[in-house]
Amino acid sequence: MIEAIELRRTYRTTTGILRRRPLEVEAVRGISFDVAEGELFGLLGPNGAGKTTTIKMLITLLLPTAGEARVLGYDVVRDAREVRKRIGYVFGGDRGLYERLSGLDNLKYFAELYGVSGKAQRVRIEEVLELVGLTGREGERVEGYSRGMRQRLHIARGILHDPQVVFLDEPTIGVDPVGARALRSMIAGLVEAGKTVLLTTHYMFEADSLCDRIAVIAGGRIVAEGTPSALKGRVADQTVVEVEVFGIEEHDVTRVRDLRGVTAVSVEERDQAQLLTIRSPRGLELTQDIRASLDGARIGRIVAREPTLEDAYVALVTEGAE
Amino acid sequence: MKVARLIWVGTRFRARELMVSRWFLLLCVLQPVIFATIAFYMFKAGGRPGTLLYAALGTGMAGIWSSTLFGSGGALQWNRWQGTLELLVASPPPFLVVLLPLTLATSVTGAYSLFATLFWGRVFFGIPLHFAHGLAFAVAVPAAVFSLGLMGLLMASSFILYRHANALSNLLEYPVWIATGLLFPLSLLPNWVGPVSWLLAPRWGIDAIRHAALGDGAVWFPIGMCAVTGGAYVVLAAAFLRIFERAARANATLALT
Repeated sequence: MIEAIELRRTYRTTTGILRRRPLEVEAVRGISFDVAEGELFGLLGPNGAGKTTTIKMLITLLLPTAGEARVLGYDVVRDAREVRKRIGYVFGGDRGLYERLSGLDNLKYFAELYGVSGKAQRVRIEEVLELVGLTGREGERVEGYSRGMRQRLHIARGILHDPQVVFLDEPTIGVDPVGARALRSMIAGLVEAGKTVLLTTHYMFEADSLCDRIAVIAGGRIVAEGTPSALKGRVADQTVVEVEVFGIEEHDVTRVRDLRGVTAVSVEERDQAQLLTIRSPRGLELTQDIRASLDGARIGRIVAREPTLEDAYVALVTEGAE
Repeated sequence: MKVARLIWVGTRFRARELMVSRWFLLLCVLQPVIFATIAFYMFKAGGRPGTLLYAALGTGMAGIWSSTLFGSGGALQWNRWQGTLELLVASPPPFLVVLLPLTLATSVTGAYSLFATLFWGRVFFGIPLHFAHGLAFAVAVPAAVFSLGLMGLLMASSFILYRHANALSNLLEYPVWIATGLLFPLSLLPNWVGPVSWLLAPRWGIDAIRHAALGDGAVWFPIGMCAVTGGAYVVLAAAFLRIFERAARANATLALT
């Protein structure tokens, strides 16, 4: 249903104020993947990894610099109109709606753009409003909608014409946990209804709970691809130690990273503290060495645990960036 | 049929969006009335009260032009700003059909300026509203409005590629007022302005409307020229859009970021 072959995209821009110099940014560096009918495929990666650029090439909004891609057998460059008729897409975030008009006005306009005939429009709009839980609120202006409601309206707009393939670009970004859970359940519903879905996200649990297969993308390249459990399996032979520290310096992290047996170290800022996440082969006892390496820093709790998909993801992204 | 329906629905949609914009309403309501008042006093001071209807029609048409200019330029920029331009470009119909209602709506809502100016002139300045050729006037107004909407389409077609092109288009407001004879007769301007004005729909629009109202010249020729210039704008816009839409997808200028 979706096929990307060695897809590349370079952005050309300029740098400098008085003397402008051309600058090329390689956002996507030759990625290949395919998505089967009825599959929910996830593109998982950090901000700036190339997820949105990839999706924009697939939905015909950007021309690839090299490579090719097909959706439902149609080339995204040559057969853009055929692709556009058959796909739906949803971008995350506040924008992409006519704020000053009602949700219903928005849906009616896009129904018209997608050729949903006058008679079918009313029925279909009622259906999608029901599906996304906006029935009764459709007459209100979008500017008064909450983030979650806007996102639900985005989804309603994206599936209004009953497309075979749906692209969802970070659909739960910025939505509160309850709203995000409802959106995830809606996405699962799309797959149950037989749609093929390509989802981009940087939330591990979202990819884990929804996707049949995941491609981890970092620095514009796919660094791993497989089922969530297969990706978790990549770090199954490892142990993770989490250390809460206060006021840690870069050289402290370097000392921990240089310890024998340590395979990766990541630092996450948490209010006043930092959380060091250290991966090492299973069975290796490193706690004392870590304490010694952090000599001088105030140490909070230290916990050893089993690796999760998030650890696999961090490992893949870190290795990909290197 | 589907295309006609899409244009109709799109025009209504954009007009509704414009009508809830206070800034746009202010532009539509106040500006023509202010300019009309100034023009009425100028023409009165000139000791030629018979020309007040001439002035009213000119300032009304200037209002339609301003609305089309800002509305067409703003349509794409506004859509880009609120993140809907990408959605419009990625929708299945040819972009020309999607864009046309956006610019038509601005000239249609701008037509209000013409009626507001005539109403203002009638009520406060006692201008007699006797039209020499009533039927021709009824045809000339929509012909002028439609051709201006098509001119807006041509301008907007370049804005898909250049993010700040509408800022440049703002410079066109007064020169077109002058070069198309909206405020005073073209005969007062240098000879070379005449051929330039032939290319501009407001010239033929105001000729058609004035000749129909005042009965001082041919009516159907300028109405025909509205159709000819309008058709030329569509052909050019279609060609530009084909090139510019592809270039915008290549250069990634459809979104703000």
